Amino acid sequence: MAEEYGFGNPEIVEEEVDILIIGGGMAACGAAFELGRWLDKVPDLKIKLVDKAAVDRSGAVAQGLSAINTYMGENDPADYVRYVRGDLMGIIREDLVYDVGRHVDDSVHNFEEWGLPIWKQKGDEGKKLTEGGKPVRSGRWQIMINGESYKWIVAEAAKKALGIDRIQERVFIVRLVTDKNDPQRVAGAAGFSVRDDKLFIYKFKACLLVAGGAVNVFRPRSVGEGTGRAWYPVWNAGSTYAMAAECGAELTLMENRFVPARFKDGYGPVGAWFLLFKAKAMNAFGEDYQEKNYSILADNKYDTYADGMKMGTCLRNHLMMKEMREGRGPILMDTPSAMAKLAETMTPKEVKHLEAEAWEDFLDMTIGQCGVWAGENIEPDKEMSELMPTEPYLLGSHAGCAGIWVSGPEDIPGTPDYYHWGYNRMTTVHGLFTAGDGVGASGHKFSSGSHSEGRIAAKAMVKFVLDNKDWQPEMSRTVDELVEEIYRPVRTFLEHKDYTTAIDVNPHYITPKMLQFRLQKIMDEYVAGVSTWYQTNAKMLEIAEKKLVMIREDAQKMRAKDLHELLRAWENYHRILAAEAHMRHIQFREETRYPGYYYRMDFLDLDDDNWKCFVNSTYDRDTGEWSLKKVPYKQLVKHGEGEPAGLARDGSPV
Amino acid sequence: MPTFVRTDKCDGCKGQDKTACMYICPHDLMRLDKDGSETGHAMKAYNQEPEQCWECYSCVKICPQQAIECRHYADVVPLGASVQPLRGSESIMWTIKFRNGNVKRFKFPIRTTAEGSVEPYGNKPDANLDELTDHSNLFTKGTHSCDMSQFSAN
Ligand SMILES: Cc1cc2nc3c(=O)[nH]c(=O)nc-3n(C[C@H](O)[C@H](O)[C@H](O)COP(=O)(O)OP(=O)(O)OC[C@H]3O[C@@H](n4cnc5c(N)ncnc54)[C@H](O)[C@@H]3O)c2cc1C
Ligand code: SF4
Ligand code: SF4
Repeated sequence: MAEEYGFGNPEIVEEEVDILIIGGGMAACGAAFELGRWLDKVPDLKIKLVDKAAVDRSGAVAQGLSAINTYMGENDPADYVRYVRGDLMGIIREDLVYDVGRHVDDSVHNFEEWGLPIWKQKGDEGKKLTEGGKPVRSGRWQIMINGESYKWIVAEAAKKALGIDRIQERVFIVRLVTDKNDPQRVAGAAGFSVRDDKLFIYKFKACLLVAGGAVNVFRPRSVGEGTGRAWYPVWNAGSTYAMAAECGAELTLMENRFVPARFKDGYGPVGAWFLLFKAKAMNAFGEDYQEKNYSILADNKYDTYADGMKMGTCLRNHLMMKEMREGRGPILMDTPSAMAKLAETMTPKEVKHLEAEAWEDFLDMTIGQCGVWAGENIEPDKEMSELMPTEPYLLGSHAGCAGIWVSGPEDIPGTPDYYHWGYNRMTTVHGLFTAGDGVGASGHKFSSGSHSEGRIAAKAMVKFVLDNKDWQPEMSRTVDELVEEIYRPVRTFLEHKDYTTAIDVNPHYITPKMLQFRLQKIMDEYVAGVSTWYQTNAKMLEIAEKKLVMIREDAQKMRAKDLHELLRAWENYHRILAAEAHMRHIQFREETRYPGYYYRMDFLDLDDDNWKCFVNSTYDRDTGEWSLKKVPYKQLVKHGEGEPAGLARDGSPV
Repeated sequence: MPTFVRTDKCDGCKGQDKTACMYICPHDLMRLDKDGSETGHAMKAYNQEPEQCWECYSCVKICPQQAIECRHYADVVPLGASVQPLRGSESIMWTIKFRNGNVKRFKFPIRTTAEGSVEPYGNKPDANLDELTDHSNLFTKGTHSCDMSQFSAN
């Protein structure tokens, strides 16, 4: 009786499937594409994809992109592994990275076939990549695209592959539920609709958890109306890491974060300016700080990862931050000189075209940057622009490698046994798979690699389901318990709202917004946010630990005055767990592995003898305790010519 | 740059149960004020949490009435500029107005195929159950060539 349902009394919708996909981003769309074809072979396979938003424009690619950052083309995947381990300071899962490398071009070729415009070199216009058309590179691994409709196109293929009936939009998944008879196995998931008063309970054999990375865990640099202008998409709330952790999955390298240096305030991309236009950045006095500060890398053994100025993103940040900390900011990108230099060898028409390309770089993926430049009358050919490192983000697909510890492929030569336990991209929880931002220790997949990794996981899930044909999921928690938990913020609100006259100030509850501010304040001030110039130490982390435990307790008292606020409540709950994992990992790793991303001021050196290893953690939902351990890193791909010396060595003993 | 909705242009998507802007916003920000109790403007949409807006322009691009625009973050950007798109089926036109009155216009292609024409499996090989555990291939068999001598174990 539909009329009886309402806010506070949701309809319960239960569904049993073989495979549940949580998320509708690049990885989820890749999984949908791969699964659709296997459906022909296993026709009774039941699949559902749930996304908190609309697949057409959900996830990090919502506004489009101007480049595909991972495309092998003429390169060998082994060189891709070398590039990724260089950027991520030597500790990656080379089996996983290689696996993405060998499959990624196929995803890109499909994007082009579906209608994504990919730039070609002169003479090759109109020739597809598969026909030998040479792409325009903006770096060894990147190719340029007209990517305004990137997500729209990829979503169209995914929707057709699965069929609309298998897709449920506007459902936010709150938690995974383990199996009643096997606590190391996942059996269900629960969430709610943000449009109707409905609660969804799914039971399944396998689940692909691909809900992106974590943004707004730290206080952003703008705290007024500009709060929403994070570089990574504000709506990715750490759901992937939080739900996996609460289900008992092992996380890895959660100490890693990404702090991109971007154009100030708008966070517009700088890649094309550096790589395509060859612009240079300098300090307030016009000095090339990179060259000037290079020698300081040796002070803390960072130099072993930077031979001949070949260095990863965090080390370049490190050299820039020294200038800013010591008062020689702002850092300026010299766009006028770069454009003038290019104009020397170009016709005015070509220059105009180039200028359009510069603007398109923003318009395709960070439109807000155009707003900042237009509002401040900045024309890049006339005026330089400030660069600024952003607040930290947790992610596993861009230039970061936080995430979940997963099983890899078995056919990569030299992989140790502890790198694989049966199904590719399965976590340590039986039946729980992930991809994209979810997979830890293998960054630099970007949009294309995340799509491919979703496909890799999907194929493994088909095998898993066939192997478990007769297994029936039974959830360790009752439907009533799940309803009670998920709708608690609504009930708290309804019960206490009339206690005070001001709806937002009430001793019985906390608004999700204030909870978010509190979390951001803790992370910013104690866990190496922008206000301490990314610096922390054991004592600061000890204080953070205490405060985070209390905020996790207070999250039980969040209120939700409508479905929109219920969404914010659970997003922020996920942020708390992601934040806690990040803090615990930083606490455990007693060295500074990623200078320029964060500094352990009490262990400022890079310590390869003791810390060239993964840090893995598990969370016990019942006791609220975290356990951390070291896991050895194994080098699989030979040290390459010209690779920095630090990258030659195998992992330290653990 | 949070979005705002112009009262003179929004028609509430003609009273359909799902408005275009609500459908598309990845952050659940756009809301239809059915009876005017929230904004004083019945059957018009509004951004319910401007400080959470990512300026992704998804709602701006999809609005059939071109009723949605952006006003740059008041706490960051000087007043007077605007960045407005017009998205067609093959290309997108951008008009950038600077605070000082300068105007730039750009047009970029957005896709090479007609919307709705994607055939994910058009000329693709079948999936083969015998190859389900072969990690070196996905169903399309488009794996990159691999120089296996690059591995220490080989
Ligand atoms: C500003 C920016 C610039 C970038 N530039 C480039 C570039 O130039 N080239 C490139 O190749 N890559 C680029 N990337 C990276 C690329 O976008 C990501 O690597 C990729 O999107 C990651 O894929 P994913 O599937 O893991 O996550 P996403 O694509 O972010 O998808 C996450 C999905 O999960 C859903 N979701 C989240 N939480 C829940 C929940 N609790 N319940 C249900 N659904 C949920 C979201 O709605 C979304 O559908 C850029 C990203 C950003 C933000
Ligand atoms: S899409 Fe446009 S016309 Fe429709 S409700 Fe939203 S603002 Fe109004
Ligand atoms: S610009 Fe993007 S985030 Fe802002 S309201 Fe529109 S769709 Fe939502």
